[in-house]
Parts: sequence; structure tokens; C-alpha cells
Amino acid sequence: MASAVGVAAQVDWDVPEQTGLWQDAWVRFRRNKLAVAGLTLVVALVIIALGARLPATPGGLWKILHLTGDPFQQNVINTLAAPTFQHPMGTDILGRDVLARVLYGSSISLSIGIIVQFLILTIGGSVGMAAGYFGGRMDNLLMRFTDIMYAFPDLLLVLVFVAAFGPSFWSIFIAIGITNWVGLARLVRGQVLSIKEKEYVEAAIMTGSSPIKLILKHLLPNSLGPVIVSLTFGIPAAIFTEAALSFLGIGIRPPEPSWGVMIEDGYAAIFADPSLVIFPGIAVALTMLSFTFIGDGLRDALDPRMRR
Amino acid sequence: MIPVLFFVILITFVLMHQAPGGPWDREGRQLSPAVVNNLNIKYGLDKPLPTQFWLYVWGAAHFDFGDSLQSPGQHVSTLLLESWPYTMTLGAVTFVLLVPIGIGLGVIAAMRQNSIADYSAIGFATVTASTPNFVVGLFLIILLSLGLNRLTGGTFYLPTGGLPEPYNPFQLQLIMPVITLGALPTAFIARLTRSSTLETLRQDYVRTAWAKGLKPRLVVMRHVLKNSLIPVVTALGPTFAFLVTGSFIVETVFAIPGIGRSFVTSIESRDYTMILGTTLLYAGLIALMNLVVDVLYVFIDPRVRLT
Repeated sequence: MASAVGVAAQVDWDVPEQTGLWQDAWVRFRRNKLAVAGLTLVVALVIIALGARLPATPGGLWKILHLTGDPFQQNVINTLAAPTFQHPMGTDILGRDVLARVLYGSSISLSIGIIVQFLILTIGGSVGMAAGYFGGRMDNLLMRFTDIMYAFPDLLLVLVFVAAFGPSFWSIFIAIGITNWVGLARLVRGQVLSIKEKEYVEAAIMTGSSPIKLILKHLLPNSLGPVIVSLTFGIPAAIFTEAALSFLGIGIRPPEPSWGVMIEDGYAAIFADPSLVIFPGIAVALTMLSFTFIGDGLRDALDPRMRR
Repeated sequence: MIPVLFFVILITFVLMHQAPGGPWDREGRQLSPAVVNNLNIKYGLDKPLPTQFWLYVWGAAHFDFGDSLQSPGQHVSTLLLESWPYTMTLGAVTFVLLVPIGIGLGVIAAMRQNSIADYSAIGFATVTASTPNFVVGLFLIILLSLGLNRLTGGTFYLPTGGLPEPYNPFQLQLIMPVITLGALPTAFIARLTRSSTLETLRQDYVRTAWAKGLKPRLVVMRHVLKNSLIPVVTALGPTFAFLVTGSFIVETVFAIPGIGRSFVTSIESRDYTMILGTTLLYAGLIALMNLVVDVLYVFIDPRVRLT
């Protein structure tokens, strides 16, 4: 016994420096250049969007953050102008500054894309958690319902829903929320089912943890990684849905400059001035691409199997 | 499948009648209350909602989807059959093209991992997967119609829409809509094929196949492709759903008088029976497609048994 301890003490254990999951993930995330570029663009857009929405109180913070001109200011003498120094992206049919509108539009796309994920997390997370945790009849019932929602083409349901509750920011918001939770619910259920079999959960049950503690301390943190990745990929999907609805004329109403609305407006004058479609089009695509890159980066960073 | 369709009717029905306004609202001139009342009686809209619902389900079970509320005297099924050829032609041509192109891109990318071909295929797939299809469509119009027209001095342009001839896959009108509709699912299939092929290439039996000196073509066709296509077949169901939802937007962009476009208009005009009929048609198609995929699965993967 004593000699064994002595041997162990002599061995120079090569213990790597202890790092937490999040610290580790951040290190791996930073290695992915595309993901970092995407994150940079998104952070910049968030700042611009906040600045565009700040109430007009000249001076101080407003002066720093309010980078854009007035997206609603019409100028009927200077319509469909080519890009100049004053209007770097030109002006639209009503002489409004396209750059101001594109920047202002980011606030709509970003807020729908990001905030709706909380709704998806609430619905999908609780359905999946309940189905996986309680199992049995509850699982059966919830999963049959999920299957039905899955068979519904989501854009179809979103269209009907938005028609039902009128085209507004909040009805689009809720419509995306109640159609896009299905994937997350399935993911969470699968996670819970696999984690439930793990030894440490059995140990926790045996030592008499309450179900609430079990869920909060074991199930939630251990299924967090894939859930975060899934939610990140949900952001471009939600941005797409909003833009598509607005483009079809059922979403955000003009004159509010959502990117979808701008593309619809530009489509009417596409042969007169294609740039009216090009700029908001690039804006949507670039934003969605950034979130996709972030999602890719997070997926690689948060996967524990990738840890050395 | 039947319970799914039943719930699809139920959800759509409840939501639709939640909508403010009705099918008789007209911009400008209002119909007199007596006329509205008569119209409601004629189309059974005066009955209580549950009765209307069961009547519709009963009719739908007998393939009677009622009359359109906005095109008087026209059956919903007649109207759907009229626009069906356009949607069908577009969807079928896209589907036939996208599956081999997507699989081909994915396999090539996987076989030459980390080569230029791989990077460009993955780059293409990532960018198209996160560009909204209406943006793709409009950029194509700018490039192929506007750009081509200016390049050739106004002598040639690609038609930006209008009536494609039904059931004819070889026509200029289809080029841009097909690319627009197919870009996203092609990228999706390519990514999926690439990752599953990469996984198969690392399997022991593939190494054995190389080791016993099989020709590369045989290894790929017989050992790699056959196994790496299993997840791709599963994805054909969602791909089909992509095509369905894509058709709303693509038909609007290119002014194709198909089902997707008529659905968007019937939502705007609160044409209850048309909305229900179209939803039911699409949901039924998708359910059917998923069923076909499930059956195909048994043939491809001997490990799966129908129980």
C-alpha cells in the first residue's frame, strides 16, 4: 500500500491546466475565423440597430450611436438617385436614403431573429423536456402532436397565422415561434432520454434529488450545447421567414423599412434601378450567413467530443 | 396519415376563422347586409363553426372541397387542377435536376476532401443555404435578364416569368425559376451527402475494398455510395417540403400562375375554402412523400424492418 502511494507521488503527472467548458469553447470558437467574422458583423449590426431605434434625444449617446439618416424622409425631387457621397446607396422611388433604410431594417430582422428564439426555447424546451423526462403516455401524446406539426409545411402555417392575426411585428413573431419549436422539442427529448441513462443521473436519483433539482442541475446544463447550436441556426431561419412574409406583402407593412419590404418595393422598379434590390438583398444574405457561420463555430466549439 | 390531415384541417380552420374580415369585404364598395346574409346562407357560412367544420371534413372525406368563395361557381378542386400543371412542371423539373446535382457535388467534395473542388462546393452550399430564395431569384433576374440584355445590346433576354408551358421541361421560362427553387435544397443535399460520404469512407469495409484491389469506380459505386446515400434518402421528405414552401415565393417572383401564388392571393382575399383546399393538398402531398421515403428506406437499408 505504502509503496504504491510512494510510486504515485514520484510520477510526474502531466495534469493539463484546468479549464471550464465555456472557456474551452471560447478558445475553440476563436480559432474559427469565419465564425469570428460572423460574430463581429452581428455585433456591429446590433449596435447599429440599437442606434437606429434610440429615441431622438440629440446629444450624448444618441450622437454616437445614431449613425443613420432618417429612413422615412422623402425627397421627391431626388428619386432613384445613383450612389453619391451624401447617399452612399442612392435613393429609392420616393427619394428616401437607401443606406438609412438598410441600416434601420437591421433592427427588425435582428429583433425578430434573436428574440423569437426565446419563445422557441420556451415551447420546444418544455415540450421536449416533459416528453423525455416523464416518458410513457405523456411522451406519446406530446410526440404525436409534434409529428403533426412537423407534417405541416411551416411557411404555410405561418402564412395562415399571420393572415389570422393581422400583419404586425408581434403576429409574425408568434407565428414563427409556434411553428419552429418542433425541431428543438425533438432535440431536447433525445438529449434528455440519453442523459437519463447516464450513471451520474442514476446516482442523483438514488441519493434522493428532487425532480426539479434533477432537471435544473443535471438535465439542463448537459443538454445546453446542442440546444444553443440549434437556436443559433434558428436565427437565420426566422430572419428568412420575416423577410419572405414581408416580400409577399403579408408581413411588416410599409413604410416601416424591413428588408423584405424594401426588396418588394425594389422589385417593382427592378428594371429602372436594380440597386434597390441588390443592397437589401445583400444585407439579408450577409446577416443570415453570419449567423450560419456563428452556428458552425459554436457547434464545433461546444461539442465535448472535440475536446483534446 | 388520416389523423395528421384531420388536425391540419382543424388548425387551419380555427386560425382562418380567427382572421378579421371575411370573404365578402371589398375595397371601396361595401355589399349590403342582405346580400352578405344571402351569400353566407348559400355557402353555409351562417351555420355555427363546429357544424361548418364537420360538414367540411365530411365533404373532404368524399373528395368534395366545396366551391371557391371568390370565384363564384368554381369548384376548389377545379381551380387547383387548373394551376396544378404549372406548379407540378416547376417542381418536377427542379426535383429531377437537384437530386443528382446535389449528390454529385457532395460525393466529389468528399472524395477530394480539402481540395479546391471541395472548398468551392462547400462554399457554394453554405452561401446558397443562407440566401433567401427570393433574393436568389431577383439577383438572377438582374444578372440573366437585365445584364444579358445589356450585354447583347438588347437583342436577347431571358424571360423573367409569364406563362411557362405545362409539362414541357425544355423552355427558357423555366431556367430562372428552377435555379431559384432548387438552389437551397441542392445545397442541403450536397452538404448532407458530403458528410455522410466522408463517414463511409472511413469504414473498415471500404478500406478492405481498397485493399483487395477493387477498381476505384467499383469501390465508390458499390461500397461507398450505396451506404452513404441512406441519410440522403431520409432527407428527400424535407426536400420535398422545401419545394412546396419555396413555390409560394418563386411563383410570386416569376409570376407563374401556380398553386403557391393562388394560395397567397386566397389568403389575402379570405377565400376560406381555397385556403383549406390548398393546405390540405400540400399537407397530403408531404405526408405521402414521407410515406414513400419510409418505404424506400426498407429497400435501401436492410437493417430496417417494417414491423
